[in-house]
Amino acid sequence: MTHSAVSRGRDNMTASLTPLLTVEGLNIALPPGADRPLAVEGAEFTLYPGRTLCIVGESGSGKSTIADAVIGLLPRPHLRPAAGRILFEGRDLLTLPETAMRRLRGAEIGMVFQEPMAALNPLMKIGAQLEEVLEIHLDLPASERRTRALAALNDVGLPRVEEICDSYPSRLSGGQRQRVVIACAMMLEPKLLICDEPTTALDVTTQAQILALIADLQKRRGTGVLFITHDFGVVSEIADDVIVMRQGLIEEAGPAAQVLRNPASAYTRQLIDAIPTGTAQQRPDPGGAPLLEIEGLRRVYSLPGKLFRAPRQVEALKGISLSLAAGQTIGIVGESGSGKSTLGRLVVGLEKPDGGSLRVKGRPLVAHRFDGRVQMIFQDPFASLNPKISIGETIAIGPITKGVPRAQAWARTEELLELVGLRAEAARRYPHEFSGGQRQRVGIARALAMDPELIVADEPVSALDVSVQAQVLDLFESLQKRLNFAMLFITHDLRVAARMCDQLAVMQRGEIVETGPSHEVLRAPRHTYTRTLLAAIPQLFSQTEREFN
Amino acid sequence: MTRPNLLHKMFSRADVWLATLVLLVIVALAVAAPLIYPKGPWAMGGRPFLGPAGDLRFPLGTDTNGRNILAGLIWGGRVSLVIGLVSTAVAVSIGVLIGAVAGYAGGRVDAALMRFTEIFQVVPGFALALVLVAVLQPSAGSIVLAIGVVSWPPVTRLVRAEFLSLRSRDFVYAAQLQGQSSLRIMFRQILPNVASPIIVMGSLMVATAILLESSLSFLGLGDPNRMSWGFMVGASRTVLRQAWWMATFPGLAIAVTVLALNVLGEALNDALGSQSGKR
Amino acid sequence: MNRLSFLIGRICQGILALFAIATLNFFLIRAAPGDPAAVMAGEAGAVDEKFLQVVRLQYGLDLPILQQWWIYISGIARLDLGYSYRQQASVASLILERLPATLVLTICAFVFSLVVGVTLGVLAARKPGSLTDRLIGFLALIFYAAPMYWLALMAVLIFSIRLGWLPAFGYQSIGADYHGLEALLDRMRHLVLPTLALSFFYVAIYTRMTRANMIAMSQMAFVKTARAKGAGETRIQLRHVLRNALLPVVTLAGLQAGNMVGGAIMTETVFAWPGVGRLMFDALMQRDYSLLLGAFLITAALAIIFNIITDIIYTLVDPRIAL
Repeated sequence: MTHSAVSRGRDNMTASLTPLLTVEGLNIALPPGADRPLAVEGAEFTLYPGRTLCIVGESGSGKSTIADAVIGLLPRPHLRPAAGRILFEGRDLLTLPETAMRRLRGAEIGMVFQEPMAALNPLMKIGAQLEEVLEIHLDLPASERRTRALAALNDVGLPRVEEICDSYPSRLSGGQRQRVVIACAMMLEPKLLICDEPTTALDVTTQAQILALIADLQKRRGTGVLFITHDFGVVSEIADDVIVMRQGLIEEAGPAAQVLRNPASAYTRQLIDAIPTGTAQQRPDPGGAPLLEIEGLRRVYSLPGKLFRAPRQVEALKGISLSLAAGQTIGIVGESGSGKSTLGRLVVGLEKPDGGSLRVKGRPLVAHRFDGRVQMIFQDPFASLNPKISIGETIAIGPITKGVPRAQAWARTEELLELVGLRAEAARRYPHEFSGGQRQRVGIARALAMDPELIVADEPVSALDVSVQAQVLDLFESLQKRLNFAMLFITHDLRVAARMCDQLAVMQRGEIVETGPSHEVLRAPRHTYTRTLLAAIPQLFSQTEREFN
Repeated sequence: MTRPNLLHKMFSRADVWLATLVLLVIVALAVAAPLIYPKGPWAMGGRPFLGPAGDLRFPLGTDTNGRNILAGLIWGGRVSLVIGLVSTAVAVSIGVLIGAVAGYAGGRVDAALMRFTEIFQVVPGFALALVLVAVLQPSAGSIVLAIGVVSWPPVTRLVRAEFLSLRSRDFVYAAQLQGQSSLRIMFRQILPNVASPIIVMGSLMVATAILLESSLSFLGLGDPNRMSWGFMVGASRTVLRQAWWMATFPGLAIAVTVLALNVLGEALNDALGSQSGKR
Repeated sequence: MNRLSFLIGRICQGILALFAIATLNFFLIRAAPGDPAAVMAGEAGAVDEKFLQVVRLQYGLDLPILQQWWIYISGIARLDLGYSYRQQASVASLILERLPATLVLTICAFVFSLVVGVTLGVLAARKPGSLTDRLIGFLALIFYAAPMYWLALMAVLIFSIRLGWLPAFGYQSIGADYHGLEALLDRMRHLVLPTLALSFFYVAIYTRMTRANMIAMSQMAFVKTARAKGAGETRIQLRHVLRNALLPVVTLAGLQAGNMVGGAIMTETVFAWPGVGRLMFDALMQRDYSLLLGAFLITAALAIIFNIITDIIYTLVDPRIAL
């Protein structure tokens, strides 16, 4: 059904074209001893020139493996194709000799990767890395190569191309590097561009720019794009056709509009429903004395230089003021470098402010003196638990340090584990036995064990798959209702913030540019930056459609 | 990965079996030396310059004074092993202490301790050890001290780097927020995470220490009261033309011991490395 | 920070290190068992009291310890490393005379071990687990495990005594009155075994490190990018993997250069090579501590200089270091 569903959804104009890429019955084998025998099983799809096919799935679904297989860069011998065909303009890439494959790569098939920071050789100038594509595939004089490298950089919208050409990658930002990688991939105008989560590591506004760039290049050149992502928002922005993968199998396939609006599979429906809609409900104002009061908070760092920037002192926080009532959640929203994480570290006392004041329940909060009344929940569920210490001890040690008798602390630990949806016997086990979502629950239990008045949650769900993300957000909500702690919720994701927070504070370059009740900020943003952020969020459906629903 | 798994992984390799066997034999011989050759390594029992396999009582021949080479080897093993282990223990202790403080404290404390460490690191280790032993007069104590003093900087750098990176791990922040003391965080939270690389480094350092001790002994800076492998090679230097066996066998003993220790250390590294890679 | 101030910083640090070593030397002499005057004089058995008095006066050994220390340090600042009563010559002149031989030997061994080590490492990394890889790994392990002096003696046994191909000791043939090219060839023949003996250990560590880095680097994302460009294996190995893999090897080599000077003590002793190492061994035998400690200081100075040179090279090669 998968193949035909894709074909049926295509309009008449493209149906007359010959397929650019056809994958038939592709099986890719995992090494023996893995959790399943095949990384990808029976994959089937067709991509036509000028179209964009998105492969969507959560981590471990096998989506990136397909991308690697098409360009012939599977990490062999761990992963190897076991059955099927990959037809590129009629030729089976799986049987093509390596030399012929090399001629295709970079010339006919280009690829863009997830980690722009690691995708460029740190010891080669940008220009040399671009020219390398020409050296490999064409025989051009040096001056011509340089001209074309500059043109390619221009094409991807980079400023001061001469300067960038002569720079090393370390002096470029993540977004700039991703543009360079795209320039490399598009240099020889390939017929097929494979994008493997190219915007996942980028800020939302940068993501919007990169997606627009890819769409623009595609339109100008008629490239076929195979786009791998975990984000349905991105899918709705760019996809013509969609394939949803789960555990190596194709769960559903079809035209983007159809899959997004009327998913045939329950799994797809579940994934789409798990995405926060980005609308906030009006919530009652509790009133009362503020629990957390921040006034004129400042923090200054010294930073080494970057391209177009001399080394300098950076004001990470330029006088932040806000207040938060007991039992309420304030969302701190911003992109990387906005100072939102610095604010979080100051509020818990891990860093000392360079000015301003911090009060919890009227008492000033002293940096580096930890009395336990403010706790933190961290982003990376793997780094936030000590691999050498049992779950139970990790949680119980806090109260024990505070003077709670050992037996009582352990009893409370087991109680808390059940409260966060784990079993009491988890206390005796070690972090490596748990999944990311489960670890995040342990982190929450650890924070709650201290009976905090305030919890700072620093991107607590951004490292989790979208379905797990929804469960953890639910947990936060129910716990807050029961235990009535206040929460400073730091996130880059306005959709998550909209769902969780009573108040929002939008941060940009160390300042709060807009603050107010969530539903007001989202419905009628006053500051241009808030509007930019809102516009950059990949939307599942258009605004009108959502309101209609 | 659990402990039995770790051992299983290590001993799935033939070279690890061989290395373990070799080390066990060497240790057993060294321990049993007084039983095998009760008269000690200095006893002059035979004709000088007796070649190997010439006389069954001296399977590896005799030296310039008619002393049994095999007896020397077995007694010498005691010195190599003991000095190798003790001086490594000294070096690891110094290294862990300085590295942990530097890495955890960071800032100026770290900078000062690392400048101090760099001085020791840039000085040619062997030359420093030689000068120390020469001036303090050769003895087991001065040799252990000298090897310990020149061997700790790599441990410090390793431990410091690990502490520096682990210190900014979220689980350490969480421990701070729980109100745990710095000392407790250093030794209860962070140190267990550094144990594997320290163990690996330590096992490789025993090998290096044995090499260092033998080099000092070769130059005549060994403990004068104890027979050692390096001393035996050193004594043969001037009679190399007449008695090749005098140099060959003790050197071989050192090489085999060091080789076996390295194989074990690296197997340990592979096994523990894959373990930490799994998180 | 620009390159110049970085360089000045490193040199200051080097001088500080030398200062620390000189201070260590100073206290070592006083820590040695016996009368410091006798220690400095090389306690040549029956030294008469009058002579010791002269020594005491010369080094101010009757002065307070801080003042003695100042005399010692300021002497070193003037390149006065003391006097060897054994050899009846100033320590500095004795060392200076032997320095060229040591430099020739260590530089030869440095270049040789780096070239051979990196080459073997690259070959081994081409196919991890292959026969070539395992052979090279085994060779490296043996070079790493066998004591340097023993390998030197074994080399003499085989190549000089058994086969008679190469001279066993010295830096030129005694009595043979060679000139011009012949003399040069003769010296080169003498250089072969000491260079090899000193290199083995370092060949082993550079081989192992190059191999490990090559394998680690070939997993990096930028290598995949290069593959996606259609680059061939040779280009990937040389331009992307090797270049990045060599950086840490350069750092290691710089650190090891100092140790190589230390290792030369044993090589020079075995081969009777007339360098600083052999001088240290002789001083050791004669308990000529002024000479021994002076030579130690110079050895350390050489190591520090090698180190600074490496750091400079490193900052030139790695663009990530923003200066």
